[in-house]
Amino acid sequence: MPEAMIRLEDVTKRFDSTDQSAVEGLSMEVADGETVVLVGPSGCGKTTTMKMINRLVEPTSGHIFVDGTDVLEQDAVRLRRGIGYVIQSIGLLPHRTVAQNMATVPKLEGWEGGRIEERISELVSIFDLDERMLERYPSELSGGQRQRVGVARALAADPPVMLMDEPFGAVDPIVRERLQDQFLDIQRRLQKTIVFVTHDIDEAIKIADRIAILNVGGKIEQFATPEEILRQPANDFVRKFVGVERGLKRLALMKVEEIRVEDGPVTAPGSSSKDALEELARFDFDWISVVEDGELLGWVDRSGLEKAERVSDVDPRPFSAYVTGESTLREALDSIVTSRTQVAVVATEGQRYKGILTLEKISKEIVT
Amino acid sequence: MIRAQVEGQPYIDWGWIADHMDDVWTRLIEHSYLTFLAVAIGMLISFPLAIFAHRHRRSYGPIAAVTGLLYTIPSLALFAFLVPYTRLSVLTAEIGLVSYTLLILIRGVVSGLSGVPSDAREAALGMGYSRSELLWRVELPLSTPVIIAGIRIATVTTIGLVTVTALIGKGGLGFFILMGIDRNFPTASLLGSILSLGLAVLVDFLLVRVERLVTPWAHRERRATI
Ligand SMILES: Nc1ncnc2c1ncn2[C@@H]1O[C@H](COP(=O)(O)OP(=O)(O)OP(=O)(O)O)[C@@H](O)[C@H]1O
Ligand SMILES: [Mg+2]
Repeated sequence: MPEAMIRLEDVTKRFDSTDQSAVEGLSMEVADGETVVLVGPSGCGKTTTMKMINRLVEPTSGHIFVDGTDVLEQDAVRLRRGIGYVIQSIGLLPHRTVAQNMATVPKLEGWEGGRIEERISELVSIFDLDERMLERYPSELSGGQRQRVGVARALAADPPVMLMDEPFGAVDPIVRERLQDQFLDIQRRLQKTIVFVTHDIDEAIKIADRIAILNVGGKIEQFATPEEILRQPANDFVRKFVGVERGLKRLALMKVEEIRVEDGPVTAPGSSSKDALEELARFDFDWISVVEDGELLGWVDRSGLEKAERVSDVDPRPFSAYVTGESTLREALDSIVTSRTQVAVVATEGQRYKGILTLEKISKEIVT
Repeated sequence: MIRAQVEGQPYIDWGWIADHMDDVWTRLIEHSYLTFLAVAIGMLISFPLAIFAHRHRRSYGPIAAVTGLLYTIPSLALFAFLVPYTRLSVLTAEIGLVSYTLLILIRGVVSGLSGVPSDAREAALGMGYSRSELLWRVELPLSTPVIIAGIRIATVTTIGLVTVTALIGKGGLGFFILMGIDRNFPTASLLGSILSLGLAVLVDFLLVRVERLVTPWAHRERRATI
Protein backbone atom coordinates (compact mmCIF):
# COMPACT_ATOMS: atom_id res chain seq x y z
CA MET A 1 0.00 0.00 0.00
CA PRO A 2 1.38 3.43 -0.91
CA GLU A 3 2.30 5.89 1.83
CA ALA A 4 -0.81 7.70 3.09
CA MET A 5 -1.02 11.37 2.07
CA ILE A 6 -2.36 12.35 5.48
CA ARG A 7 -1.76 10.30 8.61
CA LEU A 8 -2.97 11.07 12.12
CA GLU A 9 -1.34 9.08 14.91
CA ASP A 10 -3.01 9.03 18.29
CA VAL A 11 -3.82 12.73 18.10
CA THR A 12 -5.29 14.47 21.13
CA LYS A 13 -6.35 18.08 21.54
CA ARG A 14 -7.35 19.56 24.83
CA PHE A 15 -8.19 23.27 24.79
CA ASP A 16 -6.86 25.24 27.77
CA SER A 17 -10.27 26.40 28.88
CA THR A 18 -11.79 22.93 29.09
CA ASP A 19 -10.99 19.72 30.89
CA GLN A 20 -12.65 17.49 28.29
CA SER A 21 -10.66 16.73 25.16
CA ALA A 22 -12.08 18.05 21.89
CA VAL A 23 -10.27 15.16 20.18
CA GLU A 24 -8.90 12.15 22.03
CA GLY A 25 -6.48 9.59 20.64
CA LEU A 26 -7.59 9.89 17.01
CA SER A 27 -5.74 7.87 14.37
CA MET A 28 -6.61 7.72 10.69
CA GLU A 29 -5.07 7.66 7.25
CA VAL A 30 -6.13 9.30 4.04
CA ALA A 31 -4.67 7.82 0.86
CA ASP A 32 -3.38 9.88 -2.03
CA GLY A 33 -6.31 11.02 -4.18
CA GLU A 34 -8.90 9.88 -1.69
CA THR A 35 -11.90 11.84 -0.41
CA VAL A 36 -12.48 11.15 3.27
CA VAL A 37 -15.56 12.69 4.81
CA LEU A 38 -15.79 13.34 8.55
CA VAL A 39 -19.35 13.33 9.84
CA GLY A 40 -20.68 13.49 13.33
CA PRO A 41 -22.80 15.54 15.69
CA SER A 42 -22.03 19.18 16.37
CA GLY A 43 -19.04 19.63 18.67
CA CYS A 44 -17.57 16.18 18.06
CA GLY A 45 -14.24 17.65 16.95
CA LYS A 46 -14.50 17.68 13.15
CA THR A 47 -13.27 21.23 12.71
CA THR A 48 -10.61 20.76 15.37
CA THR A 49 -9.29 17.66 13.60
CA MET A 50 -9.13 19.51 10.32
CA LYS A 51 -7.39 22.53 11.80
CA MET A 52 -4.73 20.33 13.34
CA ILE A 53 -3.79 19.12 9.87
CA ASN A 54 -2.85 22.63 8.75
CA ARG A 55 -1.69 23.65 12.23
CA LEU A 56 -4.29 26.33 12.84
CA VAL A 57 -4.67 24.28 16.01
CA GLU A 58 -1.67 22.55 17.55
CA PRO A 59 -2.29 19.05 18.90
CA THR A 60 -1.72 18.51 22.61
CA SER A 61 -0.13 15.17 21.80
CA GLY A 62 0.26 12.78 18.88
CA HIS A 63 1.65 13.21 15.39
CA ILE A 64 0.26 14.31 12.06
CA PHE A 65 2.02 13.60 8.80
CA VAL A 66 1.24 15.23 5.48
CA ASP A 67 2.98 13.65 2.52
CA GLY A 68 5.30 11.81 4.87
CA THR A 69 6.50 14.80 6.92
CA ASP A 70 5.49 15.63 10.46
CA VAL A 71 3.55 18.90 10.23
CA LEU A 72 5.05 20.13 13.49
CA GLU A 73 8.48 19.99 11.89
CA GLN A 74 7.43 22.18 8.99
CA ASP A 75 7.08 25.93 8.81
CA ALA A 76 3.37 26.53 9.45
CA VAL A 77 3.06 29.21 6.76
CA ARG A 78 4.70 27.04 4.08
CA LEU A 79 2.61 24.06 5.10
CA ARG A 80 -0.63 26.00 4.79
CA ARG A 81 0.17 27.37 1.36
CA GLY A 82 0.40 23.80 0.13
CA ILE A 83 -2.99 22.84 1.56
CA GLY A 84 -6.21 24.23 0.09
CA TYR A 85 -8.51 25.30 2.90
CA VAL A 86 -12.20 26.09 2.82
CA ILE A 87 -13.38 27.23 6.25
CA GLN A 88 -16.79 26.57 7.71
CA SER A 89 -17.99 30.13 7.10
CA ILE A 90 -16.22 30.51 3.71
CA GLY A 91 -14.22 33.54 4.88
CA LEU A 92 -13.88 35.48 1.64
CA LEU A 93 -11.88 38.65 2.22
CA PRO A 94 -14.49 41.43 2.08
CA HIS A 95 -12.05 44.07 0.80
CA ARG A 96 -10.92 42.03 -2.18
CA THR A 97 -12.82 41.40 -5.39
CA VAL A 98 -13.71 37.86 -6.39
CA ALA A 99 -10.70 37.75 -8.72
CA GLN A 100 -8.38 39.08 -6.01
CA ASN A 101 -9.75 36.57 -3.54
CA MET A 102 -9.08 33.72 -5.93
CA ALA A 103 -5.57 35.05 -6.56
CA THR A 104 -4.67 35.04 -2.85
CA VAL A 105 -2.40 32.02 -2.60
CA PRO A 106 -0.84 32.33 -6.08
CA LYS A 107 0.03 35.90 -5.12
CA LEU A 108 1.53 34.86 -1.79
CA GLU A 109 3.52 32.30 -3.74
CA GLY A 110 4.86 35.05 -5.96
CA TRP A 111 3.32 33.99 -9.26
CA GLU A 112 3.59 36.65 -11.93
CA GLY A 113 0.54 38.54 -13.13
CA GLY A 114 0.05 36.72 -16.43
CA ARG A 115 0.11 33.31 -14.84
CA ILE A 116 -2.35 34.37 -12.15
CA GLU A 117 -4.75 35.75 -14.75
CA GLU A 118 -4.53 32.55 -16.73
CA ARG A 119 -5.24 30.51 -13.63
CA ILE A 120 -8.26 32.64 -12.78
CA SER A 121 -9.82 32.15 -16.20
CA GLU A 122 -9.18 28.45 -15.78
CA LEU A 123 -10.99 28.46 -12.42
CA VAL A 124 -13.83 30.46 -13.92
CA SER A 125 -14.39 27.76 -16.49
CA ILE A 126 -13.88 24.84 -14.07
CA PHE A 127 -16.43 26.29 -11.65
CA ASP A 128 -18.72 27.59 -14.32
CA LEU A 129 -18.59 31.11 -12.86
CA ASP A 130 -19.74 34.29 -14.53
CA GLU A 131 -16.82 36.39 -15.86
CA ARG A 132 -18.63 39.56 -14.81
CA MET A 133 -18.56 38.36 -11.23
CA LEU A 134 -14.77 38.68 -11.02
CA GLU A 135 -14.78 42.40 -10.33
CA ARG A 136 -17.45 42.22 -7.65
CA TYR A 137 -16.88 42.19 -3.92
CA PRO A 138 -17.99 39.21 -1.82
CA SER A 139 -20.87 41.22 -0.34
CA GLU A 140 -22.30 41.41 -3.85
CA LEU A 141 -22.59 37.65 -4.32
CA SER A 142 -25.31 35.18 -3.45
CA GLY A 143 -24.65 32.46 -0.89
CA GLY A 144 -24.15 29.82 -3.57
CA GLN A 145 -21.74 31.99 -5.53
CA ARG A 146 -19.73 32.68 -2.40
CA GLN A 147 -19.41 29.00 -1.66
CA ARG A 148 -18.15 28.33 -5.16
CA VAL A 149 -15.66 31.18 -5.01
CA GLY A 150 -14.47 29.86 -1.64
CA VAL A 151 -13.78 26.44 -3.11
CA ALA A 152 -12.22 27.92 -6.26
CA ARG A 153 -9.93 30.06 -4.12
CA ALA A 154 -8.77 27.02 -2.16
CA LEU A 155 -7.93 25.26 -5.42
CA ALA A 156 -6.18 28.22 -7.00
CA ALA A 157 -2.57 27.23 -6.41
CA ASP A 158 -3.41 23.62 -7.28
CA PRO A 159 -2.56 22.15 -3.87
CA PRO A 160 -2.41 18.35 -3.69
CA VAL A 161 -4.33 18.35 -0.39
CA MET A 162 -7.62 20.08 0.38
CA LEU A 163 -9.38 20.59 3.69
CA MET A 164 -13.02 21.52 3.30
CA ASP A 165 -15.10 22.35 6.36
CA GLU A 166 -18.78 22.21 5.46
CA PRO A 167 -18.13 23.99 2.17
CA PHE A 168 -21.75 23.68 1.06
CA GLY A 169 -23.27 24.33 4.46
CA ALA A 170 -25.01 27.62 3.95
CA VAL A 171 -27.07 27.07 0.81
CA ASP A 172 -30.48 25.67 -0.01
CA PRO A 173 -30.83 21.98 -0.95
CA ILE A 174 -31.10 22.58 -4.69
CA VAL A 175 -27.98 24.72 -4.96
CA ARG A 176 -26.24 22.35 -2.56
CA GLU A 177 -26.93 19.41 -4.81
CA ARG A 178 -25.60 21.28 -7.80
CA LEU A 179 -22.43 22.20 -5.90
CA GLN A 180 -21.98 18.55 -4.89
CA ASP A 181 -22.33 17.35 -8.47
CA GLN A 182 -19.84 19.95 -9.57
CA PHE A 183 -17.50 18.93 -6.77
CA LEU A 184 -17.65 15.27 -7.82
CA ASP A 185 -17.07 16.19 -11.41
CA ILE A 186 -14.02 18.31 -10.56
CA GLN A 187 -12.62 15.76 -8.12
CA ARG A 188 -12.86 13.02 -10.75
CA ARG A 189 -10.58 15.08 -12.93
CA LEU A 190 -8.18 16.50 -10.33
CA GLN A 191 -7.83 13.57 -7.91
CA LYS A 192 -6.92 15.67 -4.88
CA THR A 193 -6.50 14.23 -1.42
CA ILE A 194 -9.47 15.68 0.41
CA VAL A 195 -10.67 15.80 3.98
CA PHE A 196 -14.25 17.02 3.89
CA VAL A 197 -16.41 17.83 6.89
CA THR A 198 -20.18 17.81 6.91
CA HIS A 199 -22.97 16.90 9.24
CA ASP A 200 -25.19 15.84 6.40
CA ILE A 201 -24.92 12.06 6.08
CA ASP A 202 -26.45 12.13 2.59
CA GLU A 203 -23.79 14.53 1.41
CA ALA A 204 -21.17 12.22 2.91
CA ILE A 205 -22.61 9.17 1.19
CA LYS A 206 -22.70 10.98 -2.10
CA ILE A 207 -19.17 12.31 -2.27
CA ALA A 208 -17.00 10.14 0.00
CA ASP A 209 -14.59 7.40 -0.92
CA ARG A 210 -14.60 6.63 2.78
CA ILE A 211 -16.62 8.08 5.65
CA ALA A 212 -15.39 8.47 9.21
CA ILE A 213 -18.31 8.67 11.60
CA LEU A 214 -17.15 10.52 14.70
CA ASN A 215 -18.62 10.63 18.16
CA VAL A 216 -17.99 13.29 20.80
CA GLY A 217 -14.27 13.59 21.52
CA GLY A 218 -13.30 12.69 17.99
CA LYS A 219 -13.90 9.00 18.64
CA ILE A 220 -14.20 7.04 15.39
CA GLU A 221 -17.30 4.86 15.48
CA GLN A 222 -16.81 3.56 11.97
CA PHE A 223 -14.40 4.34 9.14
CA ALA A 224 -15.44 2.62 5.94
CA THR A 225 -16.84 3.08 2.45
CA PRO A 226 -20.37 4.52 2.21
CA GLU A 227 -21.59 1.20 0.84
CA GLU A 228 -20.19 -0.71 3.82
CA ILE A 229 -21.49 1.75 6.36
CA LEU A 230 -24.98 1.42 4.90
CA ARG A 231 -24.80 -2.34 4.57
CA GLN A 232 -23.13 -3.05 7.88
CA PRO A 233 -23.34 -0.24 10.42
CA ALA A 234 -20.75 -1.00 13.11
CA ASN A 235 -22.99 -0.16 16.08
CA ASP A 236 -26.12 1.59 17.25
CA PHE A 237 -24.53 5.01 17.10
CA VAL A 238 -23.77 4.58 13.41
CA ARG A 239 -27.15 3.02 12.74
CA LYS A 240 -28.87 5.97 14.38
CA PHE A 241 -26.67 8.47 12.61
CA VAL A 242 -27.22 6.95 9.21
CA GLY A 243 -30.91 7.04 9.98
CA VAL A 244 -33.87 5.37 8.40
CA GLU A 245 -33.95 4.57 4.69
CA ARG A 246 -30.58 2.85 4.84
CA GLY A 247 -31.68 0.56 2.04
CA LEU A 248 -32.82 3.41 -0.14
CA LYS A 249 -29.58 5.27 0.47
CA ARG A 250 -27.64 2.22 -0.66
CA LEU A 251 -29.68 2.11 -3.84
CA ALA A 252 -28.55 5.66 -4.49
CA LEU A 253 -24.95 4.41 -4.47
CA MET A 254 -25.48 1.66 -7.04
CA LYS A 255 -25.62 2.22 -10.74
CA VAL A 256 -27.91 0.32 -13.07
CA GLU A 257 -24.88 -0.79 -15.10
CA GLU A 258 -23.51 -2.58 -12.02
CA ILE A 259 -26.29 -5.11 -11.99
CA ARG A 260 -27.62 -7.47 -14.63
CA VAL A 261 -30.78 -6.17 -16.21
CA GLU A 262 -33.62 -8.56 -16.99
CA ASP A 263 -34.96 -9.59 -20.33
CA GLY A 264 -38.29 -8.07 -21.32
CA PRO A 265 -40.63 -8.69 -24.23
CA VAL A 266 -39.13 -7.30 -27.44
CA THR A 267 -40.25 -7.29 -31.03
CA ALA A 268 -39.12 -5.72 -34.31
CA PRO A 269 -41.23 -3.62 -36.68
CA GLY A 270 -40.87 -6.39 -39.30
CA SER A 271 -42.38 -9.12 -37.08
CA SER A 272 -45.94 -10.35 -37.38
CA SER A 273 -48.47 -9.34 -34.75
CA LYS A 274 -48.96 -12.98 -33.92
CA ASP A 275 -45.31 -13.48 -32.96
CA ALA A 276 -45.35 -10.28 -30.97
CA LEU A 277 -48.47 -11.34 -29.07
CA GLU A 278 -46.87 -14.66 -28.25
CA GLU A 279 -43.75 -12.98 -26.95
CA LEU A 280 -45.89 -10.67 -24.89
CA ALA A 281 -47.86 -13.57 -23.42
CA ARG A 282 -44.61 -15.34 -22.48
CA PHE A 283 -43.75 -12.46 -20.12
CA ASP A 284 -47.35 -11.97 -19.03
CA PHE A 285 -47.20 -8.31 -20.10
CA ASP A 286 -49.79 -6.28 -21.94
CA TRP A 287 -47.24 -4.22 -23.88
CA ILE A 288 -44.03 -4.92 -25.80
CA SER A 289 -40.92 -2.89 -26.67
CA VAL A 290 -40.30 -2.25 -30.33
CA VAL A 291 -36.61 -2.41 -31.23
CA GLU A 292 -35.10 -2.04 -34.68
CA ASP A 293 -31.43 -2.99 -35.09
CA GLY A 294 -30.88 -2.43 -31.38
CA GLU A 295 -32.55 0.97 -31.36
CA LEU A 296 -35.50 1.43 -29.03
CA LEU A 297 -38.42 2.89 -31.00
CA GLY A 298 -41.08 2.77 -28.28
CA TRP A 299 -43.82 0.40 -27.25
CA VAL A 300 -47.11 -0.99 -28.51
CA ASP A 301 -49.89 -2.60 -26.44
CA ARG A 302 -51.87 -5.79 -26.82
CA SER A 303 -55.10 -4.23 -28.11
CA GLY A 304 -53.14 -2.40 -30.83
CA LEU A 305 -51.47 -5.60 -31.97
CA GLU A 306 -54.69 -7.60 -31.98
CA LYS A 307 -56.13 -5.29 -34.63
CA ALA A 308 -52.99 -5.33 -36.81
CA GLU A 309 -51.33 -7.69 -39.23
CA ARG A 310 -47.74 -6.70 -38.55
CA VAL A 311 -46.04 -4.78 -35.78
CA SER A 312 -45.18 -1.97 -38.19
CA ASP A 313 -48.93 -1.34 -38.74
CA VAL A 314 -49.07 0.12 -35.23
CA ASP A 315 -47.28 3.37 -34.44
CA PRO A 316 -44.97 2.71 -31.46
CA ARG A 317 -45.49 5.12 -28.61
CA PRO A 318 -42.41 6.63 -26.97
CA PHE A 319 -41.55 5.72 -23.40
CA SER A 320 -42.29 8.59 -21.08
CA ALA A 321 -39.21 7.62 -19.08
CA TYR A 322 -36.42 5.14 -19.24
CA VAL A 323 -33.26 4.68 -17.19
CA THR A 324 -29.66 4.42 -18.40
CA GLY A 325 -26.65 2.53 -17.10
CA GLU A 326 -25.54 5.75 -15.40
CA SER A 327 -28.79 6.05 -13.45
CA THR A 328 -28.78 4.93 -9.83
CA LEU A 329 -30.91 2.05 -8.66
CA ARG A 330 -32.82 4.59 -6.63
CA GLU A 331 -33.76 6.45 -9.79
CA ALA A 332 -34.71 3.13 -11.39
CA LEU A 333 -36.91 2.36 -8.40
CA ASP A 334 -38.57 5.72 -8.75
CA SER A 335 -39.18 5.05 -12.42
CA ILE A 336 -40.73 1.68 -11.57
CA VAL A 337 -43.14 2.89 -8.94
CA THR A 338 -44.30 5.84 -11.00
CA SER A 339 -44.82 3.89 -14.22
CA ARG A 340 -48.21 2.42 -14.94
CA THR A 341 -46.67 -0.93 -15.76
CA GLN A 342 -44.37 -1.22 -12.70
CA VAL A 343 -41.36 -1.75 -14.96
CA ALA A 344 -38.35 0.43 -15.77
CA VAL A 345 -36.99 0.16 -19.30
CA VAL A 346 -33.21 0.36 -19.54
CA ALA A 347 -31.55 1.91 -22.58
CA THR A 348 -28.36 3.83 -23.30
CA GLU A 349 -28.24 7.58 -23.81
CA GLY A 350 -28.34 6.83 -27.53
CA GLN A 351 -31.61 4.87 -27.19
CA ARG A 352 -29.96 1.43 -27.50
CA TYR A 353 -32.26 -1.09 -25.81
CA LYS A 354 -30.74 -2.96 -22.84
CA GLY A 355 -33.60 -4.67 -21.01
CA ILE A 356 -35.92 -4.00 -18.10
CA LEU A 357 -35.83 -3.70 -14.31
CA THR A 358 -38.59 -4.76 -11.93
CA LEU A 359 -39.32 -4.16 -8.27
CA GLU A 360 -38.41 -7.74 -7.48
CA LYS A 361 -34.97 -7.44 -9.04
CA ILE A 362 -34.19 -4.25 -7.14
CA SER A 363 -35.37 -5.51 -3.77
CA LYS A 364 -33.02 -8.46 -4.26
CA GLU A 365 -30.16 -5.95 -4.59
CA ILE A 366 -31.04 -4.38 -1.26
CA VAL A 367 -30.92 -7.70 0.54
CA THR A 368 -27.54 -8.90 -0.75
CA MET B 1 -6.02 100.24 15.39
CA ILE B 2 -7.93 99.47 18.56
CA ARG B 3 -11.59 99.87 18.08
CA ALA B 4 -14.31 99.29 20.61
CA GLN B 5 -17.85 98.17 20.10
CA VAL B 6 -19.77 101.39 19.94
CA GLU B 7 -23.49 101.93 19.86
CA GLY B 8 -24.68 102.20 16.25
CA GLN B 9 -21.59 100.68 14.74
CA PRO B 10 -22.25 97.52 12.64
CA TYR B 11 -21.75 94.25 14.54
CA ILE B 12 -19.50 92.89 11.82
CA ASP B 13 -16.95 95.21 10.39
CA TRP B 14 -16.58 93.92 6.82
CA GLY B 15 -14.07 96.60 5.96
CA TRP B 16 -11.74 95.42 8.70
CA ILE B 17 -11.94 91.84 7.41
CA ALA B 18 -11.18 92.95 3.88
CA ASP B 19 -8.15 94.88 5.15
CA HIS B 20 -6.81 91.82 6.94
CA MET B 21 -7.19 89.10 4.29
CA ASP B 22 -3.45 88.39 4.35
CA ASP B 23 -3.59 87.79 8.08
CA VAL B 24 -6.62 85.55 7.64
CA TRP B 25 -4.76 83.36 5.15
CA THR B 26 -1.67 83.12 7.30
CA ARG B 27 -3.68 82.10 10.35
CA LEU B 28 -5.80 79.66 8.38
CA ILE B 29 -2.68 77.95 7.05
CA GLU B 30 -1.08 77.94 10.48
CA HIS B 31 -4.25 76.43 11.92
CA SER B 32 -4.32 73.70 9.30
CA TYR B 33 -0.65 73.01 9.79
CA LEU B 34 -0.91 72.70 13.57
CA THR B 35 -3.87 70.38 13.16
CA PHE B 36 -2.23 68.23 10.53
CA LEU B 37 0.96 67.95 12.55
CA ALA B 38 -0.92 66.97 15.70
CA VAL B 39 -3.02 64.29 13.99
CA ALA B 40 -0.05 62.97 12.01
CA ILE B 41 2.17 62.66 15.07
CA GLY B 42 -0.79 61.27 16.97
CA MET B 43 -1.18 58.56 14.34
CA LEU B 44 2.52 57.74 14.42
CA ILE B 45 2.31 57.17 18.16
CA SER B 46 -1.11 55.55 18.22
CA PHE B 47 -0.57 53.02 15.47
CA PRO B 48 2.17 50.95 17.05
CA LEU B 49 0.55 51.28 20.48
CA ALA B 50 -2.82 50.15 19.15
CA ILE B 51 -1.30 47.23 17.27
CA PHE B 52 0.58 46.24 20.41
CA ALA B 53 -2.61 46.51 22.46
CA HIS B 54 -4.44 44.42 19.86
CA ARG B 55 -1.84 41.66 19.98
CA HIS B 56 -1.43 41.71 23.74
CA ARG B 57 -4.90 42.16 25.07
CA ARG B 58 -3.76 42.77 28.61
CA SER B 59 -1.83 45.90 27.65
CA TYR B 60 -4.94 47.65 26.36
CA GLY B 61 -6.21 48.47 29.86
CA PRO B 62 -3.13 50.43 30.96
CA ILE B 63 -2.73 52.11 27.56
CA ALA B 64 -6.36 53.22 27.57
CA ALA B 65 -6.02 54.43 31.17
CA VAL B 66 -2.97 56.59 30.49
CA THR B 67 -4.31 58.13 27.29
CA GLY B 68 -7.68 58.60 28.98
CA LEU B 69 -5.97 60.50 31.77
CA LEU B 70 -4.18 62.73 29.24
CA TYR B 71 -7.53 63.37 27.60
CA THR B 72 -9.09 64.63 30.83
CA ILE B 73 -6.36 67.12 31.75
CA PRO B 74 -7.77 70.60 31.11
CA SER B 75 -5.88 72.09 28.19
CA LEU B 76 -5.17 75.33 30.03
CA ALA B 77 -3.63 73.45 32.94
CA LEU B 78 -1.50 71.40 30.60
CA PHE B 79 -0.12 74.46 28.83
CA ALA B 80 0.52 76.21 32.13
CA PHE B 81 2.45 73.17 33.23
CA LEU B 82 4.48 72.88 30.02
CA VAL B 83 5.39 76.49 29.33
CA PRO B 84 8.15 76.71 31.97
CA TYR B 85 9.88 73.77 30.26
CA THR B 86 9.18 74.17 26.58
CA ARG B 87 8.30 77.87 26.51
CA LEU B 88 5.87 79.47 24.10
CA SER B 89 6.73 77.20 21.19
CA VAL B 90 5.10 75.01 18.58
CA LEU B 91 6.45 72.14 20.64
CA THR B 92 4.35 73.15 23.64
CA ALA B 93 1.26 73.46 21.48
CA GLU B 94 1.85 70.12 19.79
CA ILE B 95 2.52 68.22 23.01
CA GLY B 96 -0.89 69.30 24.18
CA LEU B 97 -2.68 68.73 20.90
CA VAL B 98 -1.09 65.35 20.24
CA SER B 99 -1.88 64.05 23.69
CA TYR B 100 -5.57 64.79 23.16
CA THR B 101 -5.65 62.80 19.90
CA LEU B 102 -4.12 59.65 21.37
CA LEU B 103 -7.17 58.31 23.18
CA ILE B 104 -9.43 58.71 20.16
CA LEU B 105 -6.94 57.40 17.62
CA ILE B 106 -5.85 54.37 19.64
CA ARG B 107 -9.42 53.48 20.36
CA GLY B 108 -10.24 53.79 16.65
CA VAL B 109 -7.43 51.49 15.54
CA VAL B 110 -8.06 48.93 18.29
CA SER B 111 -11.79 48.74 17.67
CA GLY B 112 -11.15 48.62 13.93
CA LEU B 113 -8.80 45.68 14.37
CA SER B 114 -11.08 43.82 16.74
CA GLY B 115 -13.98 44.34 14.33
CA VAL B 116 -12.23 42.34 11.61
CA PRO B 117 -14.47 39.31 10.95
CA SER B 118 -12.85 36.28 12.54
CA ASP B 119 -13.63 34.14 9.51
CA ALA B 120 -11.60 36.45 7.26
CA ARG B 121 -8.73 36.27 9.71
CA GLU B 122 -8.91 32.50 9.97
CA ALA B 123 -9.20 32.01 6.23
CA ALA B 124 -6.18 34.25 5.68
CA LEU B 125 -4.10 32.34 8.20
CA GLY B 126 -5.31 29.06 6.75
CA MET B 127 -4.18 30.12 3.28
CA GLY B 128 -0.70 30.82 4.58
CA TYR B 129 -0.47 34.50 5.50
CA SER B 130 2.24 35.18 8.05
CA ARG B 131 1.29 37.28 11.10
CA SER B 132 2.63 40.48 9.58
CA GLU B 133 1.07 39.81 6.16
CA LEU B 134 -2.19 39.24 7.97
CA LEU B 135 -1.87 42.59 9.74
CA TRP B 136 -0.91 44.66 6.71
CA ARG B 137 -2.93 42.99 4.00
CA VAL B 138 -6.06 41.92 5.81
CA GLU B 139 -6.56 43.37 9.27
CA LEU B 140 -5.54 46.98 8.61
CA PRO B 141 -7.33 47.28 5.26
CA LEU B 142 -10.48 45.88 6.83
CA SER B 143 -10.19 48.28 9.79
CA THR B 144 -9.78 51.32 7.56
CA PRO B 145 -13.37 52.58 7.78
CA VAL B 146 -13.26 52.52 11.59
CA ILE B 147 -9.74 53.96 11.72
CA ILE B 148 -10.76 56.83 9.45
CA ALA B 149 -13.83 57.43 11.61
CA GLY B 150 -11.40 57.84 14.53
CA ILE B 151 -9.20 60.18 12.50
CA ARG B 152 -12.25 62.31 11.67
CA ILE B 153 -13.18 62.76 15.32
CA ALA B 154 -9.57 63.42 16.30
CA THR B 155 -9.14 65.98 13.52
CA VAL B 156 -12.33 67.87 14.25
CA THR B 157 -11.52 67.91 17.96
CA THR B 158 -8.00 69.15 17.25
CA ILE B 159 -9.22 71.94 14.98
CA GLY B 160 -11.28 73.17 17.92
CA LEU B 161 -8.42 72.81 20.37
CA VAL B 162 -5.89 74.63 18.21
CA THR B 163 -7.77 77.87 18.94
CA VAL B 164 -6.91 77.43 22.63
CA THR B 165 -3.20 77.40 21.84
CA ALA B 166 -3.60 81.06 20.94
CA LEU B 167 -3.08 81.57 24.64
CA ILE B 168 0.56 80.54 24.24
CA GLY B 169 1.03 82.62 21.14
CA LYS B 170 0.27 79.98 18.51
CA GLY B 171 -3.31 79.09 17.81
CA GLY B 172 -3.97 79.85 14.14
CA LEU B 173 -7.49 81.21 13.94
CA GLY B 174 -7.62 81.31 17.74
CA PHE B 175 -5.56 84.48 17.39
CA PHE B 176 -8.62 86.32 16.07
CA ILE B 177 -10.88 84.95 18.78
CA LEU B 178 -8.49 86.06 21.49
CA MET B 179 -8.02 89.45 19.85
CA GLY B 180 -11.79 89.95 19.71
CA ILE B 181 -12.10 89.20 23.40
CA ASP B 182 -9.12 91.34 24.39
CA ARG B 183 -10.30 94.35 22.46
CA ASN B 184 -14.01 93.84 22.79
CA PHE B 185 -14.19 93.55 19.01
CA PRO B 186 -16.77 90.86 18.01
CA THR B 187 -15.85 90.93 14.34
CA ALA B 188 -12.52 89.25 15.04
CA SER B 189 -13.97 86.66 17.45
CA LEU B 190 -16.71 85.75 15.03
CA LEU B 191 -14.30 85.55 12.13
CA GLY B 192 -12.02 83.19 14.06
CA SER B 193 -14.87 81.00 15.26
CA ILE B 194 -16.65 80.72 11.94
CA LEU B 195 -13.49 80.01 9.98
CA SER B 196 -12.43 77.35 12.48
CA LEU B 197 -15.87 75.78 12.27
CA GLY B 198 -15.79 75.94 8.47
CA LEU B 199 -12.36 74.35 8.42
CA ALA B 200 -13.61 71.48 10.60
CA VAL B 201 -16.60 70.88 8.36
CA LEU B 202 -14.48 71.00 5.21
CA VAL B 203 -11.78 68.65 6.51
CA ASP B 204 -14.39 66.23 7.82
CA PHE B 205 -16.06 66.19 4.42
CA LEU B 206 -12.73 65.56 2.69
CA LEU B 207 -11.97 62.67 5.03
CA VAL B 208 -15.34 61.12 4.22
CA ARG B 209 -14.43 61.33 0.53
CA VAL B 210 -11.04 59.78 1.16
CA GLU B 211 -12.64 56.97 3.11
CA ARG B 212 -15.01 56.20 0.23
CA LEU B 213 -12.13 56.26 -2.18
CA VAL B 214 -9.86 53.89 -0.29
CA THR B 215 -12.56 51.45 0.84
CA PRO B 216 -14.83 50.97 -2.18
CA TRP B 217 -15.75 47.51 -0.91
CA ALA B 218 -17.46 48.96 2.15
CA HIS B 219 -19.88 51.01 0.09
CA ARG B 220 -21.24 48.64 -2.52
CA GLU B 221 -24.88 47.78 -2.46
CA ARG B 222 -25.53 44.09 -2.19
CA ARG B 223 -26.81 43.04 -5.57
CA ALA B 224 -26.80 39.31 -5.60
CA THR B 225 -27.98 37.02 -8.32
CA ILE B 226 -27.87 33.26 -8.48
N1 LIG C 1 -10.73 27.58 20.53
C1 LIG C 1 -11.41 26.74 21.34
N2 LIG C 1 -11.32 26.88 22.68
C2 LIG C 1 -11.97 26.03 23.51
N3 LIG C 1 -12.75 25.03 23.10
C3 LIG C 1 -12.88 24.85 21.77
C4 LIG C 1 -12.23 25.69 20.82
N4 LIG C 1 -12.54 25.27 19.58
C5 LIG C 1 -13.36 24.22 19.75
N5 LIG C 1 -13.57 23.94 21.06
C6 LIG C 1 -14.39 22.86 21.60
O1 LIG C 1 -13.95 21.65 21.05
C7 LIG C 1 -15.05 20.81 20.73
C8 LIG C 1 -15.00 20.42 19.26
O2 LIG C 1 -15.23 21.56 18.47
P1 LIG C 1 -15.23 21.54 16.89
O3 LIG C 1 -15.32 22.93 16.43
O4 LIG C 1 -14.07 20.73 16.42
O5 LIG C 1 -16.58 20.76 16.60
P2 LIG C 1 -17.25 20.39 15.20
O6 LIG C 1 -17.35 18.91 15.16
O7 LIG C 1 -16.55 21.06 14.08
O8 LIG C 1 -18.71 20.98 15.39
P3 LIG C 1 -19.69 21.68 14.32
O9 LIG C 1 -20.34 20.55 13.58
O10 LIG C 1 -20.67 22.39 15.18
O11 LIG C 1 -18.89 22.58 13.46
C9 LIG C 1 -16.29 21.56 21.13
O12 LIG C 1 -16.73 21.10 22.37
C10 LIG C 1 -15.84 23.00 21.21
O13 LIG C 1 -16.57 23.70 22.16
MG1 LIG D 1 -17.08 22.58 12.74
